[in-house]
Amino acid sequence: MNTRQQSKLIYSWYGKPMSSDRKLRTYQYKGILITSENSRTETCIQLGDFILVEGVNADQPYVAQLVDLYEDGAQHKRAVVQWFCRLEEIPQNKRKLLKREVSAQEVFFDQVLGYDTDIAAETIIKSIMVVPLHLGEELPLITLNKEQTFYVKQSWDGKCFKVLSPDIFSKLKEANKKRGVITNSSKAFIPSDIITPVKKETESVVRSATKPKNVDMGIESKHSASKSSLAKERHSQRVANNDIKTPTARKKLELNSPTRSKGRLLGCEVLGLLDDDCAAIKPLEPSATKRKVKFTSDILGSPPKIPCSNDKSKSTSETAEHWQSDMIRLSPYTKVKDFSEKDKHPYGKDDTLSLVGYQKPSSQSPVLTPRSRRTCAQKTSALIAEQISMLDQEGFLSDSDSSYSSSSEEEEDDDVPCTPEKKTKSSRIFSTPKSSRKPAVHTPAKTLKKTPLPGTPRTPRNATPEIPRRIQAAQEPASVLEEARLRLHVSAIPESLPCREEEFQDIYNFVESKLIDGTGGCMYISGVPGTGKTATVHEVIRCLQQAVENDELPPFQFVEINGMKLTDPHQAYVQILEFLTGQKVTATHAAVLLANLFSTPGPKRKTTVLIVDELDLLWTRKQNVMYNLFDWPTQKHSKLIILAIANTMDLPERIMMNRVASRLGLTRMSFQPYTYKQLQQIILSRLKGVKAFEEDAVQLVSRKVAALSGDARRCLDICRRATEICEFARQKRTPEIVRMAHVTEAIDEMFSSPYVNAIRNASLHEQIFLKAILAEFRRAGVEEATVQQVYHHHVALCRMEGLQSPTVSEIMAICSRLGACRLLLVEASNKYLHLRVRLNLSQDDVMYALREE
Amino acid sequence: QHRHLLELLKRTTVHGESNSALIIGPRGSGKTALLNHVLKDLREMKQVTENLLEFFMKNPFLSGLLQTNDKVALKEITRQLQLENVVGDKVFGSFAENLAFLLEALRKGNRTSSCPILFVLDEFDLFVHHKNQTLLYNLFDISQSAQTPVTVIGLTCRQDILELLEKRVKSRFSHRQIYVMNSFDFKQYIKIFKKQLSLPAEFPDESFAEKWNNNVQHLSEDKTVQDVLQNLFHHAKDLRSLHLLLMLAVSAVTVHHPLLTAADLQEASRQHRTDSKANIVHGLSVLEICLIIAMKHLNDVYDGEPFNFQMVYNEFQKFIQRKAHSMYNFEKPVVMKAFEHLLQLELVKPLERPSVRAQREYLLMKLLLDSSQIMDALQVYPNCPTDVKQWAASSLSWL
Repeated sequence: MNTRQQSKLIYSWYGKPMSSDRKLRTYQYKGILITSENSRTETCIQLGDFILVEGVNADQPYVAQLVDLYEDGAQHKRAVVQWFCRLEEIPQNKRKLLKREVSAQEVFFDQVLGYDTDIAAETIIKSIMVVPLHLGEELPLITLNKEQTFYVKQSWDGKCFKVLSPDIFSKLKEANKKRGVITNSSKAFIPSDIITPVKKETESVVRSATKPKNVDMGIESKHSASKSSLAKERHSQRVANNDIKTPTARKKLELNSPTRSKGRLLGCEVLGLLDDDCAAIKPLEPSATKRKVKFTSDILGSPPKIPCSNDKSKSTSETAEHWQSDMIRLSPYTKVKDFSEKDKHPYGKDDTLSLVGYQKPSSQSPVLTPRSRRTCAQKTSALIAEQISMLDQEGFLSDSDSSYSSSSEEEEDDDVPCTPEKKTKSSRIFSTPKSSRKPAVHTPAKTLKKTPLPGTPRTPRNATPEIPRRIQAAQEPASVLEEARLRLHVSAIPESLPCREEEFQDIYNFVESKLIDGTGGCMYISGVPGTGKTATVHEVIRCLQQAVENDELPPFQFVEINGMKLTDPHQAYVQILEFLTGQKVTATHAAVLLANLFSTPGPKRKTTVLIVDELDLLWTRKQNVMYNLFDWPTQKHSKLIILAIANTMDLPERIMMNRVASRLGLTRMSFQPYTYKQLQQIILSRLKGVKAFEEDAVQLVSRKVAALSGDARRCLDICRRATEICEFARQKRTPEIVRMAHVTEAIDEMFSSPYVNAIRNASLHEQIFLKAILAEFRRAGVEEATVQQVYHHHVALCRMEGLQSPTVSEIMAICSRLGACRLLLVEASNKYLHLRVRLNLSQDDVMYALREE
Repeated sequence: QHRHLLELLKRTTVHGESNSALIIGPRGSGKTALLNHVLKDLREMKQVTENLLEFFMKNPFLSGLLQTNDKVALKEITRQLQLENVVGDKVFGSFAENLAFLLEALRKGNRTSSCPILFVLDEFDLFVHHKNQTLLYNLFDISQSAQTPVTVIGLTCRQDILELLEKRVKSRFSHRQIYVMNSFDFKQYIKIFKKQLSLPAEFPDESFAEKWNNNVQHLSEDKTVQDVLQNLFHHAKDLRSLHLLLMLAVSAVTVHHPLLTAADLQEASRQHRTDSKANIVHGLSVLEICLIIAMKHLNDVYDGEPFNFQMVYNEFQKFIQRKAHSMYNFEKPVVMKAFEHLLQLELVKPLERPSVRAQREYLLMKLLLDSSQIMDALQVYPNCPTDVKQWAASSLSWL
């Protein structure tokens, strides 16, 4: 939370220790007091409260319930918690099990073992609400405080979702009740603000000043204050003040002042209707005055109408007690429930009703007719900020008598700067009809953030990367050869990796042991391209994940980066962080966050397995990327296992500095190039069940490739090409299987040198030019010549052949053509005759190619 | 070759198989033409039509000369694929974001469901020089893994292209190389010549078309025309130079001169073959010619060693004194001016950049003309004084 970073929090115990354990020298407490240093407010969190705990991702603190608080022997404040997990914390593949949409506010009762439930008390951010719901129940459509309230429907034990057991359900409920929450058929809750003023006050302060919400909070607090203690006279004073100070606000206040005099019920009705018009589409049951009163809570919440609500709160003073009950029902949850349950009423009805409602105040405020309401709001919106601040000040004046004087000053500080933002937000609400239709008028800024304004183009950020689907389904392989070709494609993933069992076992054991220990470590894997390094490592990860599913291993996170797929070595940080937490930040920031993450003990963190492919490309001059990568696993709490993959065996010695190399450690593994037998086995295992190749043909391919590079990819490509050649040939005769001839042809095609062929197909003068070059080389004894020298030889050769000798321009053209094919290596052409020329292939090759003529 | 490529692309579209190939051949050998032809054939095939609708709309045709680095290339791919982060033909976001986005997009697809994509990388050799060959690695990697089916086709004229690929990139490339060569002989060349020149059947004026085509037939049998063509064929086998020659010839056709003649072709050939530098020499003044001759002599004497203005001037003075002709007696600044004119025409080239310290008279120069070129130019130079010609023939004849 941003406030946490802005203000330093001081944690102190609340009350005396309840019990103490002499032996362990621990003291247990029933609450903790969080004091914000710069605002000097206090929050008391008691056992059983729901709290936010700071986690990996600063935007997504963990949700937990406080179970125990104690001070250990070293005087560290500790807390024992029951975790709840957010959807984001559940692995992607498991989310499917849920089979339903989950809102961002839903959390799951966490029954996963292995998370550390003992945390440092300093990581507690603040208290929140967690509301248990039955599975079938809808989430309340609107929420008072998006960040403060969570819902729990199911529990999660690492493998499947379960409905909350009645035991837990009731316990959770009790926890809520203990905090004085009044449940209304288990759906409606009053935010704790109203009941526990202390907490509420501090919360609204703790919340950052930029949040538009806290004005509402402040005002609400004033309501509660007025409800409980304030007298009627002060309110009237305030009205008077208002009238004098803000002439623009007078209209609104006037609108309400008669209603006040006319009595509470009437006033409510008018207000309700007013609001109804404003929302325009909100269904309303006209007869039920109580419901209308509920709507006024909208007024309370929505900033532009704060003056009205404030006035209304004054009117409440007459019947403070009655209002209190109404206020309770003001909690948005109930309200929305009612909305959703109600049928929509035709607008006309609302209109007539509202007209009736307006007849009374119309004399005073002709401006506020239903039609002009919106424009009026737009006009006044600019003035609202002014009004709000005014009202706030007055509110504080009135509150100053009460016991919260200290905190109210804080509030003032916080509220005033935020009003400009509020102004814009509220004006936006009125200009966009859609958002005003939203039931969540209460928190306008929040809803605006969540739902993008209609008409704004989709920003690139939320574009989904996807290739359009193909129209026609891909054809299935028809013949044996096609089937074989499909299996031979490098992308086809075999069930097992033959010939790499040993390496597989080594890597598996390494990662497994580290996982079980919960420690970190590095492993360096090298081997020439196409020896199955990446495939083996992926296979290991797959097996480990399998094991995790079978509960044999603790769960882990798997992150993969590829040096080639990064544009810059520092982007590695960004990618890792994005994999781990889903945040998108700049490289430098990501590095800081990651270092933080891996160096501090996280309560809920799983072990991370990081695969770094193409390690050598992460090389930078200062090598800080590699240094960091290999430094993290050595940290005590990192729980990071790194599998680094690269081609060269001596990479650590060659390019790394000593300190980097030493951190990499000595766990090395090198993948030897495949031998021909292994290659043969690979092909055969892929072709299992398909009779497409002759035994000898397979052997030929594997021998040939093993002699050259031992690259399995090459081997498979040759086989694939051979099937194609076979298919061409089949059109004449019908051989079903690939024979030696086909394979030989494929190999020739891939390995033959193109130069000789290119020379043979060159034009006559090009060939003569090559001959002239050879002659010049022989004359000078140096493998380099200028065009001028070659030109003389060329002319002489032409005379011998009886051809017309070319001009210098033509010679230059020939020279550049040969240079483009890289038969010759030539300099930049601005040197003209003094251009130096060199052959790109051996003289013997040229002679061989030319002699055939 | 055609069939091979066609099969390859057909499999990508129909079976969703990923492939990669290189088309290698010298300039003007019809690599692009081959590819376009195959694509056209593919489009006509019924079997694939439905896939093609989308397939060809997004057919990234990247040219190494336009996409000078990976960043630009990546943006171009994204734009051509019309992915969702394209706003009105412009791609936003940083290079890293773009790369991650594109990879993510391509990874999401699988063999059976997503639309096959064809990447055509023109001037493939230029992509090789990009930093780390990131783009190539990623493209080939996609083509080697179970992601969106792609076919990567590179067009290049470099025979040694495979040696330029990085080892990891090379391993991922399927080593399918299609060589396009100009392997026809002269008879086929004549046939091509006839085909290029003759008018198509749908030409509006039928009688003229017939007359023209007859003429072309005669031309192709004419001895001089065949000589001209043979000459060209010996020089360059690619069809582009043939087109150039024919274009020159055909542009001579007017209303009064409706049919192409052998003379036209000869004239065109002569224009086609002229030496550019010798042409420049024709336009020089006598003084400048004299300077060039002096340089030639210097070259002969010192065997191609570089010279400076002072040496040339001395050589020129010697010639003047011996001949004692006052008409060639120019002031030194005038000679200097003429010399600088030659420098600007790039008939002479300084060995190093002119620096502030070195005096211009002593800058070392090289002549960019061959002696035979100078002699040829002198032969056709109008009103050349005979003594100059003699001097050119031999520098020692004056002694």
